Amino acid sequence: MKILVCISNVPDTTTKVTFTDNNTKFNAAGVQFIINPYDELALTRALEITEKQGGTVTAINVGLADAEPSIRKTLAIGANDAVRINAEPIDAYFVAEQIAAYAKSEQFDLILTGRESIDYNGGLVGGLLAEMLGIPSVNVITSIEVENGVATMERDIDGGKEKVSCKLPLVASAQKELTEPRIPNMRGIMAARTKPLKVVEVSGDLITSATVGFELPAAKGGVKLIPADQAEQLIELLHNEAKVI
Amino acid sequence: MTTEGMTGLGFGHTENQKMVAQMAKDFAEKHIRPHVMEWDEAQIFPKSTMQEMGKLGLLGVLVPEEYGGAGLGYFEYITAIQEIAKVCSSVGLSMAAHNSLCTGHILQFGNEEQKKKWLPKLAVGEWIGAWGLTEANTGSDAMRMQCVANEDGDHYIINGTKNWITHGITGDVAVVLVRTGDLLDSNGITAIVVERGTPGFKGGKKENKLGMRASETAELIFEDCRVPKANVLGKVGEGFKQAMKILDGGRISIAALSLGIAKGSYEAALKYAKEREQFGQPIASFQAISFKLADMATRIEAAELLTYQAADLKMKHKPMTTESAMAKYYASEVCVYAATEAVQIFGGYGYTKDFPVEKFYRDSKLCTIGEGTSEIQKLVIARNILRD
Repeated sequence: MKILVCISNVPDTTTKVTFTDNNTKFNAAGVQFIINPYDELALTRALEITEKQGGTVTAINVGLADAEPSIRKTLAIGANDAVRINAEPIDAYFVAEQIAAYAKSEQFDLILTGRESIDYNGGLVGGLLAEMLGIPSVNVITSIEVENGVATMERDIDGGKEKVSCKLPLVASAQKELTEPRIPNMRGIMAARTKPLKVVEVSGDLITSATVGFELPAAKGGVKLIPADQAEQLIELLHNEAKVI
Repeated sequence: MTTEGMTGLGFGHTENQKMVAQMAKDFAEKHIRPHVMEWDEAQIFPKSTMQEMGKLGLLGVLVPEEYGGAGLGYFEYITAIQEIAKVCSSVGLSMAAHNSLCTGHILQFGNEEQKKKWLPKLAVGEWIGAWGLTEANTGSDAMRMQCVANEDGDHYIINGTKNWITHGITGDVAVVLVRTGDLLDSNGITAIVVERGTPGFKGGKKENKLGMRASETAELIFEDCRVPKANVLGKVGEGFKQAMKILDGGRISIAALSLGIAKGSYEAALKYAKEREQFGQPIASFQAISFKLADMATRIEAAELLTYQAADLKMKHKPMTTESAMAKYYASEVCVYAATEAVQIFGGYGYTKDFPVEKFYRDSKLCTIGEGTSEIQKLVIARNILRD
């Protein structure tokens, strides 16, 4: 079993978001970056599968050298090796194209991604990647078991669950419930220093989109507290001021 | 300034240290933070949480891989203690005591057979370790210890008590300093390993403490306790010198523990000072508050540099008795100062258990007392600088 896990390097969830260059670029100054939490779940599940039935897990990232601490962490958690495609991850199409180019040469049985990255929330890479490789994709999975070359997965649907089975190879994207993230141990941290981290240069055409501008949501308004025994005043405000009823 | 960014004097954080810090922080946030006040209120020592830390390598940081440890150095060790202590100083203290004292003593002075017997269990947290030097009437004056070991064939028979011992009741194994020679003879003390379950060895009274309440502190009682001579660490009569060496390293870990508490207090106070408004503006904009933060930040940075200096010397196997005493003395005093100022910045809220600084304030005081009081550190420093 050969598994590829796609890793995005994203700002920590507590980051205060600001922009530069006339609101066209995220301001990364002083920001701590982490492995995208959904990708970390995909990685952990991949390790659980290979620990049970043998195989290898490769982590792949499209990013510049500053993404390496996150990539090293995937090795500390347990990935066998890692690949960094040396380019700024401009948009989902570009990222998927780069990963597809690498994946074609390696013949992976299973490719796992997070359901989306928590920075730009595109949720596109998994689907695009599967299309480019000509293999099936199942998104937002909450469980996955692999047996005899077939993956059985569960995914949440409105009001219930769907069980899907699919022959390998395939691309699947991880939802929150897939597993519990794993904290690397000290031996893993030591071992990560000597595990292979291959840097690959960009391939193919650089057809990308461009961000024209970002806008932060409007600041939240103040809170009005209405005493519990003055429901009439609350209704009056909801009618005339908030205009929601 | 953020304490995260502290580098200086070439002690920049390596990628290893950053990963260890993140790992310890992730563990503490997930498995310790939700229980901190419950453990504190009820004085619960979280042995199972400690054992989970063992699985991550946090209880055998300095132990070589061949004995089941993580095989890392002092920089990673003090980084991890700080991150744990920022969330719960009690667990930080237990971690420091387990690593530096019991495990450290066996690692540094045990023979091959002894290391193979005890270190693999200690390094992964299967066993929790205790270390007994202090007695009810001999704290700083350890040479007058009363706990005695008499020879009986290939055994020693131990009688006496040890006090204020971390993991005194729960610990699965203890390294104990006992008298095998004359009173006040520095060659009359021996280090010996005693396993839980040995007849005549039991835990005694558990102390009800001001702070560090989740770290168990208790008496060790020995009543005609027969321990094989094979359990003696190093040579008979070398125990006192060994203990002093162990405390040199232990001081670095208490300095790191102090730094964790100081940084936790400072970071909480900094955040609060920016958010809390009085007279229509954040209190951080008042000089009275901002100067407190400036003083805290400066002293923390100085304490960190002293601690890193001592760790650096230790890693290079150079003499560091003076430097580790300086680091422990200064960092522990800064820790009490920072926690006190943090409570002051929080005002009335800081006096309640709803905010972490109340606990830091209580916990901090241990740092100027445990593993050698500030006065003893000054004595060590003075002796060394006067001798040179």
